[in-house]
Amino acid sequence: MTVTDFLCLAPLLIIATAPVVIMIVISFLRSYEVIYGFSILSLLSAFVSILYIVPAVPHSIEPLFIIDIYSLFFLGIIILAALLVTLLSHDYIKQIEGVREEYYIILFTSTLGASLLAVANHFILFFLGIETLSISLYVLIAFQRSKDRSIEAGIKYLILASVSSAFLLFGMGLIYTATGKMQFNGIVSALSGNGQNSPLLIAGFAMMMVGIGFKLALVPFHMWTPDVYQGAPAPVTAYIATVSKGAVMAILIRFFFNIRGLNNHSLFYMISAIAILSMFTGNLLAIRQQNIKRLLAYSSIANMGYLIIILLIGNNKGIQASIFYLISYFITTIGAFGVISLLSTCKYEAEMTEDFKGLFWKRPWVAIVFTLSLLSLAGIPITAGFIAKFYIIFEGMKAGLMVLVFSMIINSVIGLYYYLKVITALFSPVNEIKLPALSMTGHFTLAIIGLSILILGIYPGWLIDIIVKFAAL
Amino acid sequence: MILVYIIVILLTGAFLAWIAGRWNPVLPRIISLIALSIGFILIIFIATQSVSDDNKWLIDYKLDWISEFGISLHLALDGLSLLMLLLTFFLGIISVIISWNEINSKVGFFHFNLLLILAGITGVFLSIDLFLFYFFWELMLLPMYFLIGIWGHDNRTAASNKFFLYTQASGLLMLISIIALYFVHGHSTGSYTFDYMLLLGTEMSASKELLIMSGFLSAFLVKLPVVPLHNWLPDAHSEAPTAGSLILAALLLKTGAYGLLRFIVPLFPSASITFKPIGMLLGVIGILYGAKLAFAQTDFKRLVAYTSVSHMGFVILGVFSFNELAYQGVVMQMLAHGISTGALFILAGQLYERIHTRDLNKMGGLWEKVPVMGAVALIFSMASLGLPGLGNFIAELLILIGAFKTSILMSCLACLGLIAATIYSLRIIQKVFLGNTNQEGEMNDLNFREKIVSACLVIVIVGLGLFPQPVFNTAKPALLKTLDIQREKNIPDPGISKKIAVEKNILFFQISKKCLHVNI
Repeated sequence: MTVTDFLCLAPLLIIATAPVVIMIVISFLRSYEVIYGFSILSLLSAFVSILYIVPAVPHSIEPLFIIDIYSLFFLGIIILAALLVTLLSHDYIKQIEGVREEYYIILFTSTLGASLLAVANHFILFFLGIETLSISLYVLIAFQRSKDRSIEAGIKYLILASVSSAFLLFGMGLIYTATGKMQFNGIVSALSGNGQNSPLLIAGFAMMMVGIGFKLALVPFHMWTPDVYQGAPAPVTAYIATVSKGAVMAILIRFFFNIRGLNNHSLFYMISAIAILSMFTGNLLAIRQQNIKRLLAYSSIANMGYLIIILLIGNNKGIQASIFYLISYFITTIGAFGVISLLSTCKYEAEMTEDFKGLFWKRPWVAIVFTLSLLSLAGIPITAGFIAKFYIIFEGMKAGLMVLVFSMIINSVIGLYYYLKVITALFSPVNEIKLPALSMTGHFTLAIIGLSILILGIYPGWLIDIIVKFAAL
Repeated sequence: MILVYIIVILLTGAFLAWIAGRWNPVLPRIISLIALSIGFILIIFIATQSVSDDNKWLIDYKLDWISEFGISLHLALDGLSLLMLLLTFFLGIISVIISWNEINSKVGFFHFNLLLILAGITGVFLSIDLFLFYFFWELMLLPMYFLIGIWGHDNRTAASNKFFLYTQASGLLMLISIIALYFVHGHSTGSYTFDYMLLLGTEMSASKELLIMSGFLSAFLVKLPVVPLHNWLPDAHSEAPTAGSLILAALLLKTGAYGLLRFIVPLFPSASITFKPIGMLLGVIGILYGAKLAFAQTDFKRLVAYTSVSHMGFVILGVFSFNELAYQGVVMQMLAHGISTGALFILAGQLYERIHTRDLNKMGGLWEKVPVMGAVALIFSMASLGLPGLGNFIAELLILIGAFKTSILMSCLACLGLIAATIYSLRIIQKVFLGNTNQEGEMNDLNFREKIVSACLVIVIVGLGLFPQPVFNTAKPALLKTLDIQREKNIPDPGISKKIAVEKNILFFQISKKCLHVNI
């Protein structure tokens, strides 16, 4: 390994070192605030280190890593999302009785797994990343050991994630059998020699899609989503919805583009079908939900359905659209779950529509951020979500994917219906439910999220320019 | 730049009103009044500048917004948008005044929404970039949703949801069409832009043009609304607070009509001709069906809402007649309907404040108790039925004459609408103000504030009826430009030059103007 290699891996190294340091610190001094501050500092320095790497890329460390602008973009998004989740976790985790500092250790290991996916160029690292991420998530989901629902969600995720990992592994094995390669760009050179449509390959891709589809909660692998979203502590739900899905999306896009997935017709139809099914299933199931965490779970299924359209666009424009979409989706989702976690205590989770009735008149500030997040998910102008949706529709139409674009339009309207129900509740007359007090960090984080949603919605030009200038595979 | 200021003033006013509402319930009202008045004065100032005849915008402002997609902040103003802005700000001020006593809870947020809607509407009337247009088009929905959903009557949640879903769904279809137009234009010319001026005259095949137009049409026809798509309107109108109904009927519906004139006809000259028979038929159906339903209502606000459907039928009939007379009529109808229907909704609100019902069967014999209110109601009912001397008469007559030149049958059928209008308008007077008294106790007549509002509206509607010429002069260059684009595309034969056609029109116009004079 050369110096450049180390330099390029700096963000990963920082994220990997942090949990070790925390573990050592805990054995001397079990102070929640110190560990919390250290976590934020580490994440910030990891993010800053990304900016220093920019001149050194693209750089690949054979055979496992590839660090290019694309991976840096995703690393940046993942680390920032982890940072926001950490900020939001402060109050929620603090209320947990007994040990709670370990939460941040696990948050770091899962972020490490997610970051590995952003730089992976090899099946081995792909699998390692996904497993590091998943195993950390089992613990995070079931972190509140005293709650039945948390345990249930944890076990559900454990079993289903293991099965899906098995599928993923089997798929990788089949592709390896067919091509003899495990490196992404090696696979494509092997493919060009062989027939694209050998049954072994198709089976391999299909198996991998099962594994990936599970992680992204795409239909028909979505069954775990509502239960896990509901059972996990609200900040962890935000984490699963953003970091975990974003990282898997990062590697899915890289893999799909590297193997020229679009040339493969069966793959094209498979993804189209999954996209359309996810949109409709997610949105239709969300309509009758009274539980907002479950509602957001279904909405995330639909959102992932919109997002994988960009795989079918099949060029750099599509990737750029996906990066913008993910950024806006991350901010929005963290905003929504952030509000839930700030209004919840570890004893009482504010998750039913009832709990949010009249929030606007009690806590106008929090309700505005929540409203903005929901509007952004629905794709209404002046929010980031509108520009993001517009971007995908725009690129989708350019690529001639009219069927997908129209299903997206129909689904936007269905989606709007249930988001409106929640918004109506926010603005309806006040109820009697007591709300916990809000801390400074809570205010601060919500302010950042609310402002970002508005800025990206009203003046997105600068971000789009940056993305278009740099992000490409 | 002045156009940007107008929108910025409204937005600033909106936020200030919201913040001020925390301390004092009167402050938001005053802030809104000030913001709207400044805007109104600015627009009057623009209006007094000379109206140029040379097919150019009066004011044109452009700034890059999202350069990657070719989206710019392009605002421009011509005679048509000027008239619409005058209406917007005039009724904006009125809507603040009429809510003075009606809205007592969450005053700050109410005025925030009110000003935000008006900012959205102003943006719609000024945007010349299609993306920006869509942006403002959507921007006016959400505050309207809150206005109905928070301050509305009993059934407000369902009504506001219905309103939002209808308009949002049709709006998204328009978004698809906008993007499609962008690509079609980009492919044929190589310049990818959302700019209206550049997209004019885009070459495309007939079927493509029709498809793209249908997306725009769906948005505008839902907003207008035409009959099969009008379902959201009566609910939204009747459940909204008075200011909400006023803005919905007088301004939001006009954005649909404005869209037809500004976008459908010039952007899709051939496809709009293809759509002509259907368009005119939809107009006639709207006129007759709306009038019939209006007659059948027992709820005052629903009744007025259905008269809107009927009156907007004239607008679509006029738009698809493709001649200047009809277009002048359409513009006049937009203004006159805004004033007269707005006034009727205000009246419904005033009645509701006093007797707490909108049910016509529970009213009756109110003339003796509230003669001033009765007189005002009489004037606007007469306006609604098209009495000569009031603005609606000029509008409907011009549309009918214009439509007659295009389709005699449709014009004759539409005339029946005037009879129906007479029936339902007289029914309002009869049910509310004449007949037996059903209400016990005393009622206060209009107070000073309400009298001022009514007086302003009466002056405007009479003014439009007696002196329509300034309106015609203001709108004329914009309308002629629209028609020129239309003709250029559809008359390949140089024998019938557009000049002659225009002159013929003017001649016809002058003759009919003489007729009007005799009538008055």
